[in-house]
Amino acid sequence: MTLFRIWAVVRKELRDYRRNRFTITTTAVMPIVFLVAPLVTLLRIPASLSSTAVQKEVGATSLLLLVVPAVIPPIIAAYSVIGERDQGTLEPLLTTPVRREELLLGKAAAAFAPAVTVAYAIYFVFLVVIHFGATAAVRSAVFQGPQLTAQVLFTPLIALWAIWVGIAMSVRARDVRVAQQLATLGSLPAVGFIALISFQVITPTVALAVGLALALLVVDIAAWRVVSQMFDRERLITGSRARHPDRAPH
Amino acid sequence: MQLLSAKPWFRRRRAGLGWRPVTWQGWLVTAVAGGLVVAVLAVMRASSARIPIAVLILALYAIVALLTGGARGQDHVQPVADRSGSAAVAPSVSGGSRAPASPAPRPPSAPSTSAAPVLVVEHLTKAFDERIAVDDVSFSVAPGEVFGFLGPNGAGKTTTVRVLATLIAPTSGSALVAGIPLDPANGVAIRQRIAVMPENPGLYNRLSVAENLEFFAGLYGLRHPEARISRVLEAVNLVARANDPCGSLSKGLRQRVGLARALLNDPAIVFLDEPTSGLDPVATREVHGLIDGLRGHGVTVFLTTHRLEEAEQLCDRVAILSTSLRTIGRPDELRDRLFTKMLLVRTVAPLRAPERVFAGLPGVERWRTDESAGYELTVSDPRVAAPAVTRALVAEGADVLTLTEARHSLEDVYLELMSDDVETRR
Repeated sequence: MTLFRIWAVVRKELRDYRRNRFTITTTAVMPIVFLVAPLVTLLRIPASLSSTAVQKEVGATSLLLLVVPAVIPPIIAAYSVIGERDQGTLEPLLTTPVRREELLLGKAAAAFAPAVTVAYAIYFVFLVVIHFGATAAVRSAVFQGPQLTAQVLFTPLIALWAIWVGIAMSVRARDVRVAQQLATLGSLPAVGFIALISFQVITPTVALAVGLALALLVVDIAAWRVVSQMFDRERLITGSRARHPDRAPH
Repeated sequence: MQLLSAKPWFRRRRAGLGWRPVTWQGWLVTAVAGGLVVAVLAVMRASSARIPIAVLILALYAIVALLTGGARGQDHVQPVADRSGSAAVAPSVSGGSRAPASPAPRPPSAPSTSAAPVLVVEHLTKAFDERIAVDDVSFSVAPGEVFGFLGPNGAGKTTTVRVLATLIAPTSGSALVAGIPLDPANGVAIRQRIAVMPENPGLYNRLSVAENLEFFAGLYGLRHPEARISRVLEAVNLVARANDPCGSLSKGLRQRVGLARALLNDPAIVFLDEPTSGLDPVATREVHGLIDGLRGHGVTVFLTTHRLEEAEQLCDRVAILSTSLRTIGRPDELRDRLFTKMLLVRTVAPLRAPERVFAGLPGVERWRTDESAGYELTVSDPRVAAPAVTRALVAEGADVLTLTEARHSLEDVYLELMSDDVETRR
C-alpha cells in the first residue's frame, strides 16, 4: 500500500467535490441548520434559570452538533463507488495498479476531511457565539470537560463510521440514490446514540467519552476491513460474483 | 453545434428536489424515519419539552431525503462540439508534427516475431454461471505488433480484455501478460505494465483534461508527471485543450484523452476496446492515425473491434472470435487460407477459342467464362499466372480491357467464418 496513490485519490476526489453542486449544497446547508437551532435555544435561556436546568439544555443542544459528522459523510461516501460506475470511470480506474484498500482509504479520507472540517468549524462558531452572547451560566455549562471531550473525540469517529457505511452501500448498490438512502439509514445508529446522550439517558463523562471513542475506533477499523473485502472487482464490473474467489484479482 | 441550452427554458427538466421512494429501500428509509419521529415525540413527552431536537431531527431527515431524491439528475455536463474546430487534423504520436489524416498502408512485416511474445494466452475460458463467454482461447502477440481481436457483439472480446487486464478472474486457462503470469498475486504488477482504454474512455467530467491525466499518473506512481502529461497531450494533439473540463469535449476528443491516458505509464501492451465505436468518420480517422502512430513507436496494441476495414487497415494479425477462436493470422494469410486465388479477365469481345488461350498456361488451374467477355481463372500463384495470361491474350490478338487479381477482403473472411456459426446455430 502506498500513500502516494492514496493521496492521488484524495486529491482527485476533493477536486471533484469542489465542482459538484450537490456535494456543496449538502455540506453547506445542513451544518447551518444544525448550528442555528441550538444557538437560538441557548441564547434565549434567561439568567434566572437554575443551573441544573441550564446543564440539561446545554447537554441536549450542544451534542446535537455531533449530528453533522454523522449526516454529511454518508451522502458523499455513498457516491464514491457507484458514482464511478455511473459515469463510466470505474473500469479505467480498476485497470490501474491501485489496490482496493488504497482506493477505499483515499475515498474515505476525501469524504472525511470536509465533513470533519465543517463539523469542527461549526462547533468553533458555536463556541464563539456562546462565549460572547450567552449568559454566564450557559457559558460555563458549554465550556465543560465532558462536552468538549465528547465533541472533539466523537466528531471524527462518528464521521468515519458514517463514511464506511456509505462506501459499503456504494459498493453493493446499483443506483446512486439507493446507496445514499441506505447510507443515511445505516448512519442512524450513530444519530440514535447521540440522541441518547442528548436526552441524558447516557450521562456524558470524560471516562465514558474516551471509552466510547476507543470502541468506535475499533469499529471503524473493522468497518474498513469489511468494506475492503466487499469490494469485488468482478462484481463491480460485470454484476456477477467471481466463481473462483481464489483466482479473483485484488 | 450542440449547445447546453438547446431546449427552451420552459421545456427543460429540472433536477427535481421532490423525493419519491421508488425502491423498497426508499420505503424502508421512510418507515425508519417515521419510527424515529414517533420515538422522538415519545421521548419529548417523557422529558422536558425538546422542541428544537425534534425539529432538528425532522429537518435532518427532510434535507437528506430531498437532496438524495434529486441526486439523479444533477450535474450532468453535456458534451459540446469541438470548439477549436480542429477535428479534421489527425494528431501524431511523434511530438508536435502532424501525421497524415489517414494511416499509410501497413508495411508487410512491422512487428518482430522472433522476440519473446509480450502476451501469451493458453486455453483461456471464462464462464458466468452457466453461460460461457470465452471458450478455450489460445494465442500470442509479439512485441510491437498491432493485434486485432475481431468478433460480433457478445463474442467475448471485452471479456477477454477484462480477464487479461486482471479485472475479472478466468474460469480456467493461463496467460502471460507483459511477461508476468496472470495470477491474483500479480494483479498490481500486471496493471502497472499495461494500459486499457475501454469503449467508453471514462473521464471525470468535472475535472480538466490535465487533471484527469494527473490523477491517473498518480495511480501509476509517477512522482513528477508534468513532463509526461505534456508529452502524451502533444502525442494526441490536445495541448490546447489541457485545461478544458472533460465534460465539454466531443466524443472524438474524449477518445483522444483516453488514448493519452493509456500512454501515461509507457505500457508494454495497450488494450483498446472498440476505440472507434460511435465515432464519426473524421474522429475515426484521427483515432486510426493515433493507433498507427503507436505502431511507429513500437507499442504493442491489442485492438478489439467489429469494424473489419479498421482491422484490415491497422492490424498486423487478426484473431476472429465467436466465444471460441475461429481463426488467427495475417489478413492476407486468412484470405489465402479460405479463398482460392483468381485472375479476372475482361476483353472487348468474347474470345473465339478461350480454351486454346488459357489451357496449359503456367499457374492456371482452371477457368470459366461468364458467357460474355469475362473470364475467371483459378490460379495457384497470380505472380506466375498473370504474365503468362497477358502474353497469351496478346498472342491471340485479344483487345484486353482489364486483367486483375480477385481481392477478397477481411470482411469476406469474417463473413465466411461467421456464416459457419450461423449455420451451426440453425
